[in-house]
Amino acid sequence: MATTDIHIHSDVHHHGDHDHEHEHHEGNFWTTYIFSQDHKVIAKQFLITGIFWALIGGVLSVIFRLQLGFPESNISWLKPLLGGWITADGKLDPQFYLALVTMHGTIMVFFVLTAGLSGTFSNFLIPLQIGARDMASGFLNMLSYWFFFISSVLMFISLFISTGPASGGWTVYPPLSALEQAISGSGLGMTLWLVAMAFFIASSLLGSINYISTVINMRTRGMSFTKLPLTIWAFFFTAIIGVLSFPVLFAAALLLIFDRSFGTSFFLSDIYINGEPLAHEGGSPILFQHLFWFLGHPEVYIVLLPALGISSEIIATNSRKPIFGYKAMIGSMLFIAILSFIVWAHHMFVTGMNPFLGSIFMLLTLIIAVPSAVKIFNYVTTLWKGNIRFTPAMLFSIGLVSFFLTGGITGIFLGNSAIDIQLHDTYFVVAHFHLVMGSASFFGMLAGIYHWFPKMFGRMMNEGLGQLHFWLTFIGVYLVFFPMHYIGIAGFPRRYYSWTNFDTFSGFTDLNMLVSSAAIATLAAQFIFLFNFFYSMFRGRLAPINPWNATTLEWTTPRNPGHGNWPGEIPAVYRWPYDYSKPGAKEDFIPQTVPYSETPESNLPHETKLIKLESSNGDNAIIVEGSH
Amino acid sequence: MAIDIKIVEEAKKPIAMHPKKFALWLFIATVVMVFAALTSAYIVRQSNGSWLVFDLPNMFWVNTAIILASSLTMHWAYVSAKQDKIDVTKLAITLTTILGTAFLVGQFFAWGQLVDNQIYLRGKDATAVSGSFLYVISWLHWLHVISGVVVLVVSTTSVFRLKANSKNLLGLEMCATYWHFLDVLWLYLFVFLLLNR
Repeated sequence: MATTDIHIHSDVHHHGDHDHEHEHHEGNFWTTYIFSQDHKVIAKQFLITGIFWALIGGVLSVIFRLQLGFPESNISWLKPLLGGWITADGKLDPQFYLALVTMHGTIMVFFVLTAGLSGTFSNFLIPLQIGARDMASGFLNMLSYWFFFISSVLMFISLFISTGPASGGWTVYPPLSALEQAISGSGLGMTLWLVAMAFFIASSLLGSINYISTVINMRTRGMSFTKLPLTIWAFFFTAIIGVLSFPVLFAAALLLIFDRSFGTSFFLSDIYINGEPLAHEGGSPILFQHLFWFLGHPEVYIVLLPALGISSEIIATNSRKPIFGYKAMIGSMLFIAILSFIVWAHHMFVTGMNPFLGSIFMLLTLIIAVPSAVKIFNYVTTLWKGNIRFTPAMLFSIGLVSFFLTGGITGIFLGNSAIDIQLHDTYFVVAHFHLVMGSASFFGMLAGIYHWFPKMFGRMMNEGLGQLHFWLTFIGVYLVFFPMHYIGIAGFPRRYYSWTNFDTFSGFTDLNMLVSSAAIATLAAQFIFLFNFFYSMFRGRLAPINPWNATTLEWTTPRNPGHGNWPGEIPAVYRWPYDYSKPGAKEDFIPQTVPYSETPESNLPHETKLIKLESSNGDNAIIVEGSH
Repeated sequence: MAIDIKIVEEAKKPIAMHPKKFALWLFIATVVMVFAALTSAYIVRQSNGSWLVFDLPNMFWVNTAIILASSLTMHWAYVSAKQDKIDVTKLAITLTTILGTAFLVGQFFAWGQLVDNQIYLRGKDATAVSGSFLYVISWLHWLHVISGVVVLVVSTTSVFRLKANSKNLLGLEMCATYWHFLDVLWLYLFVFLLLNR
């Protein structure tokens, strides 16, 4: 017995259909893999570049951890790699140590967790999950990647110049970053940093504009905002935050460029070098901090929200339960997005700010704990009594929730302007943000890769290796960052080249040794992932169409979706994306494309009412089923 | 052979705007944020004291009139294209481009007047930061107007090639939106500088 489904359509074609027909020619190597305008290829370009940068950022951190954990050791064996940056007696050059710290921060925050995370998953998932052929503008999307690429090349070059890369910290505070006399990295290295970041901002803005425009305007039939997966909501809020905050960094960088190269004094005043006053007068370095942190704090959520969205999706899918509090999840992300713009001065409590102003920013900062707690409760209640499948993606998502909690709690300490007097600029801060923003987002990114790898490359990653990778990384991250809380409470300042020269600070050498060893082990564990990633890309088990039995639209595409994503018409959407284990349903998931009329056994009363017995104009989705 | 006919609920098409028009508005939002940051920095720095009070050059008034007029002609071009009055459209969009270019040139004279008033990018003492802000803000706006004039030239070409008419208005509409924005942005900056010298 055969069943035919005849889809009758009036003239209401999705406008993407027409584009699709025009673009269905085969491109050559250059247009398919290099200057591609297809969102899936661009996503993979962002992913590969992001992985490349993550590796460099990780190696840089291990080099400076060697210095911190084993300050007495001779590291002249690194000479082939670092050359003149190793001093004659086999020690790391102190200036290069600062360069390493700066570049580790810049690379991880911007190149890996902003471009690598948002660039990969917003590009890949937005069209696939909302049911669009591609982004609103494929050309701008391509431009976004290539601006990022130019930015990457410039930043990479700056690692190899003789005066060293930017060394004033990833926050590039003037006057340190503005004056070449301050540190050699503030010369050409800092110029390259600023130019690279200008390209990066352009790339990020082009991307964000595209994401917002696509989410609002290109959704398929039936995909109302309340039916969007939480991933899309997260990417959407992230893009809005980016559009509003990155231009402010641009303004700060512009003024800094004028101070550095054209002799103005926006951020510089009353500076004496070797007893001689500089010509710069009348500027305010605090002004830079205000501008920087107006981007800097939202940036934390640009990094974190996509990871939270990804984990919402993965936790619901692998718990085989609807996400708990779908609207509360959206509301808390919206609330976090709004709050992110009015808390920036908590990075500046000790800059001589009015204490009353400090207490206002403290109050606003502590309020962030509310939506964050809502999210954690919702993750836990989604897991509660779920039919949990511990896939690598699921493990990394649960790991994210763990880091978000342990790292978030210390945020409540640091958000207090009084406690911050003791804790600011110590390893406590380093531990806090590496857990809550660094590791949590990194785990979100890894979870996303494990979960959507089958859709990206049509093959499965090895599950055993994935679990090994998870446990080594999870334990490693806690071994690295947990001891740092103690080191920080003891008052150890961050960014110091060496402590053993001070009696006060020579107490925690053993703990620092543990941290450094754990950091090396954690970096080593990432090579398991790299092997798994590249091996599975070519040799992995062929992926089924819907390997995780998920409900969202990307799993209705072919195994290797071509340009335009769906070979035929784009499916319409009838229900929200979290119909897992619905009582009465035949299977434990109902895809978004299944109308309520086909699932009378599991419909709730209000859903049955949604079925229109008479289609108003006889257009759109009338399905005629006939048996022969 | 029984045939069941089952009628399924309709999937509604979500409300949507033209994605490219929407993207333009988002781009405008980013430009607004850049200038919001610069003018906020201006206010913050000014409140710290030691601030040289400057007179805005007279050419700023002239240029404001020019860019306002260009906005009117831009609207005129848009309305006549909508009514398919090709010749009027050609005249109006050409006028807009000329006025836009006049604004670009006029700003040079304005900066010349500033130099005559001894307001420099890098002045002698701590109070000169006001001049630095004035130059950087007006230069950055000037750069945006260049991009606006490039868009105008592209639109003018398409009007002369008869590619912009009531059926194909998207390009001209986006050009008009951007140009009006640059006009409003200048008005904001001008009034801001007038009020916060």
